[in-house]
Amino acid sequence: MTITEPYKNPSEQFHALGDDIHDAKAPKGPIEKRWDDHKFNAKLVNPANRRKISVLVVGTGLAGASAAATLGEAGYHVKSFCYQDSPRRAHSIAAQGGINAAKNYRNDGDSIYRLFYDTVKGGDFRARESNVYRLAQVSVNIIDQCVAQGVPFAREYGGLLDNRSFGGVQVSRTFYARGQTGQQLLIGAYQALERQIAAGTVEMNTRHEMLELIMVDDRARGIVVRDMVTGEIETHTADAVVLASGGYGNVFFLSTNAMGCNTTATWRAHRKGAYFANPCYTQIHPTCIPVSGDYQSKLTLMSESLRNDGRIWVPEKMNDERLASEIPEDERDYYLERIYPAFGNLVPRDIASRAAKYQCDAGKGVGPGGLGVYLDFADAIERLGRPAVEAKYGNLFDMYAQITGEDPYTEPMRIYPAVHYTMGGLWVDYDLQSNLTGLFVAGEANFSEHGANRLGASALMQGLADGYFVLPYTLANYLADGPFEKVDDSHAAVVEARQAVEERITTLLAINGTRTVDSYHKELGQIMWDYCGMERTEEGLTKAIGMIRDLKVDFWANVKVTGVNEELNQTLERAGRVADFFELGELMCIDALNRRESCGGHFRAESQTEDGEALRHDDEFAYVSAWEYGDKQPTLHKEPLEYEYVEMKSRSYK
Amino acid sequence: MNITVRVWRQKNADDKGKMVTYGVENVSEHMSFLEMLDVLNEQLTLSGDDPIAFDHDCREGICGACGVVINGQAHGPQTTTTCQLHMRSFEDGAVIDIEPWRAGAFPVVKDLVVDRGAFDRIIQAGGFISAPTGSAPEANNLPVPKEDADHAFESATCIGCGACVAACPNGSGMLFTAAKITHLGLLPQGQPERDSRVIGMIEQHDHEGFGGCTNIGECTSSCPKGIPLDTISRLNRDLLGALAKGKA
Amino acid sequence: MATIQTAKRPSAKRSTVALKYSMAVSGLIMLGYLLVHMYGNLKFFQGREKFDSYLEGLDDILYPYLPHEGALWIIRIVLTAALVVHVYAAVTLWRRNKAAAGFVGNTRYHTKQNKTGVQRSYASFTMRWGGIILLLFIIGHVAQMLPNWLSPGGASDSKYDRVVNGFELWWVVLLYTIGLVAVGFHLAHGFWSALTTLGQNHSSTRRSSRLTAVSIGLAVIIAGGFLTVPFAIFFFGAGS
Repeated sequence: MTITEPYKNPSEQFHALGDDIHDAKAPKGPIEKRWDDHKFNAKLVNPANRRKISVLVVGTGLAGASAAATLGEAGYHVKSFCYQDSPRRAHSIAAQGGINAAKNYRNDGDSIYRLFYDTVKGGDFRARESNVYRLAQVSVNIIDQCVAQGVPFAREYGGLLDNRSFGGVQVSRTFYARGQTGQQLLIGAYQALERQIAAGTVEMNTRHEMLELIMVDDRARGIVVRDMVTGEIETHTADAVVLASGGYGNVFFLSTNAMGCNTTATWRAHRKGAYFANPCYTQIHPTCIPVSGDYQSKLTLMSESLRNDGRIWVPEKMNDERLASEIPEDERDYYLERIYPAFGNLVPRDIASRAAKYQCDAGKGVGPGGLGVYLDFADAIERLGRPAVEAKYGNLFDMYAQITGEDPYTEPMRIYPAVHYTMGGLWVDYDLQSNLTGLFVAGEANFSEHGANRLGASALMQGLADGYFVLPYTLANYLADGPFEKVDDSHAAVVEARQAVEERITTLLAINGTRTVDSYHKELGQIMWDYCGMERTEEGLTKAIGMIRDLKVDFWANVKVTGVNEELNQTLERAGRVADFFELGELMCIDALNRRESCGGHFRAESQTEDGEALRHDDEFAYVSAWEYGDKQPTLHKEPLEYEYVEMKSRSYK
Repeated sequence: MNITVRVWRQKNADDKGKMVTYGVENVSEHMSFLEMLDVLNEQLTLSGDDPIAFDHDCREGICGACGVVINGQAHGPQTTTTCQLHMRSFEDGAVIDIEPWRAGAFPVVKDLVVDRGAFDRIIQAGGFISAPTGSAPEANNLPVPKEDADHAFESATCIGCGACVAACPNGSGMLFTAAKITHLGLLPQGQPERDSRVIGMIEQHDHEGFGGCTNIGECTSSCPKGIPLDTISRLNRDLLGALAKGKA
Repeated sequence: MATIQTAKRPSAKRSTVALKYSMAVSGLIMLGYLLVHMYGNLKFFQGREKFDSYLEGLDDILYPYLPHEGALWIIRIVLTAALVVHVYAAVTLWRRNKAAAGFVGNTRYHTKQNKTGVQRSYASFTMRWGGIILLLFIIGHVAQMLPNWLSPGGASDSKYDRVVNGFELWWVVLLYTIGLVAVGFHLAHGFWSALTTLGQNHSSTRRSSRLTAVSIGLAVIIAGGFLTVPFAIFFFGAGS
């Protein structure tokens, strides 16, 4: 008889296990009243005192711009930072499809509760109920706010707001502005921000990149930034720091993120002690334009609203070389409609993406390398007429034609999944405060609302909810104890943070090796895509961790960063970001290795049903993985998740 | 395909700058114009030269960060953003001239990067609707005729790239300014601040050193988002109205 | 990026757009005058007596409500003012626009390609230098109108005779033609531009606008109308 040791998760060779954590701010009571009660109990700051209180906001996307504008308007002294040349360029601008709100304008049975329910279920039961309910509650205010700002949402002939339906739900609750909803919402927030800049309440710092967090007496009190034009390293101190610096999808190199999107702000905070939660939850978007060659620098998403009227199919025959038009109807496999009759082409993103991967893996893919499936509008054009299709999707079709040189009105489009959004991010409590006192995190940069999978049109909702309607209350509650003792530039913590930044830059510039930054980034991205992409295995992840570690060592020995610090140096900027991506990539793999279940955007091949569907293990993994940084290895803290209102069951879209 | 590029190189704002010629080999016609520059920059980096600085971010034609003058045309031969221009628009062996936006209000920062902060300041001068957070009425209380909403949207699609200024021989930012005036001026929410908006934005536009409009229409023809020319006429109308009311 | 400084900003009343309004209005005034002027010129074809008496009659417009030549002086003053405003605005805008274009040395873009833009009309290129030619032409033309001061081809008390004398000389016809072609080009862009400046363009592009067609039509009518008299005299011997 052998004595079996208690089961040990193989991931534990790479990390330590810490104590469980809990959200100390989590409200109690009936879910409908939690946010109202919480707001009522929050401390307020006297308007006269707000001027003496300063806040730093990093990032000017939907969350950052709306937060900075609202805080400025409230009278706080706000400093806002973005790496772009204008706050209007933050990548929220690229969101196409729309923004959800529980307005029930369609009279189709929508409600705050249903939006809450859909989001918890869509997130595969890995998000907090209280947070999601609050999100659904404020969603209606967001639409009001945006309309008042002049956001030109689509309207019906009667002049009232129009809606469309989106993946993962059965009601029409998505507000949209043709295929440019993110742009219109961001411009609204940007204009509100510029209004505050003109009013002198917000000080804008464009082309400034945050490179370090400053902690003083266990509070986040400032940041170190680099002026990207002059190279000057500046320190800014304040009473609180808000990170709204977006997601980390660019760890994959190829993603739908903007080229500049990076994890540096959040990763630097993580290294200073902020927990990084659920890093392995990445959303792979099903409707992107396939890769055309190895020079490819980014992937372009086409709104999944296309799935409302487009039908997805592959040839039934393997390696079918015929043109789409030559394949008769009965030799086409509309696989989503076949496998998921209830939701058809509108199944959630993760399911649609994986289904496409399986079709391509089975040799039924179309286009270069067999990495693509058809998205066909022939039926829609016949049913609605070309003008109606043009009015609804015109700009998306144009974009496709521009990139591929093909006409989507006559030939079906080819699509393939691509990394699009990261549900993981810095751990925050109900107040959006990280475990570091005074460090607040909003938008995609935090982990909170989407669980393991984000529903379509929910990112815009979350970004604006955090910035316009949540942070102004929760941050005030924290700032009511301020202003805190002023931190001087000569304070040891400030000096130390600045020196760390300067040393890192000096080191990067001194390597003068033989490989370009991009070549490392591409190689890292390939490792991540191969082993930590749509399907993950224990073996693959273990291998990936080793590969990333080796590559990281090689990077610090052989990378070539040209130029000097004291100039606009885009190579240096990229080098710093890629260096952080190595560390994050490793943590993502460790997190994915630890989570031996399939949920949402995380699919472990070892954990699936007989017919290949994701299999969750609620008994073991109904928790948030919050990672604490360690020089040698990270430590895992688990935050157990409890569901009082929505019964945990396996998602079924069949 | 193999091509030759002549690129404006300028180390910083104080440098004089000059055109420098480079060869780029094995260019795929499916590459975007910026990916071609990426390839060139990889070459330059490996040979120890300073890579060419250019602004870019989303690479899907919506953020407005990218933009260079290609063969004398803002964003090149097609009406799209530089990131959405593909090498299939050029012939094998082509010589392509690449220069930054030129305008007094857009000083060169480095190589092809210019400072477009003037646009932000024009928006600050009135390109918004004052709607303090939380004060908004129920969204459907204010119906907007679909036609107005659609036209407003059309103007609101401006990405602030600055191609209009680069294409305008007068370095005028009138199309950019007019797009915002039109977007907000067409909506009922935008009416209360309509006069002060146009006055503030025009004053700032001129203060930034942009030139005047001579109604030749190069801006619209170069605009990747097709902002219509009649927006400028609407701006003129609005300013005339505001001045007639003695609002300046 | 600093907060905007509203205090330092010039008033919208002095803005490029306001200057354009003054250019548009003054230009339209001069255009209105040109139409009347052309009508008068075409009286030439009614013969010496009618032409001369028409011109003499101009002195007494609205007489006795206005003194002798009163209306003409009002027109002269208004026209001179319009011209001064037009030229002042043009020069001011020209200087501002040049500074705004961001020249590096003597050129803006160093490429040799697409120097003429994407869709610019020839007329729009000629506004400035064409305007200068026009200005010189107007100065010469007014000097010529002063009683027998500058009378190419021979002075006479009959204005009809002076017209005929002048236009029998090839170089007078040539100068006059150059001047009127300049007028035509100036109007082809100018009329469109004036109305657009005053807010009357409702078309999404320059080329698709109906105003563009109207502008070109107007330019042809005016240049053509004025040229009939000298061409009739020079080529067909009218009036001799």
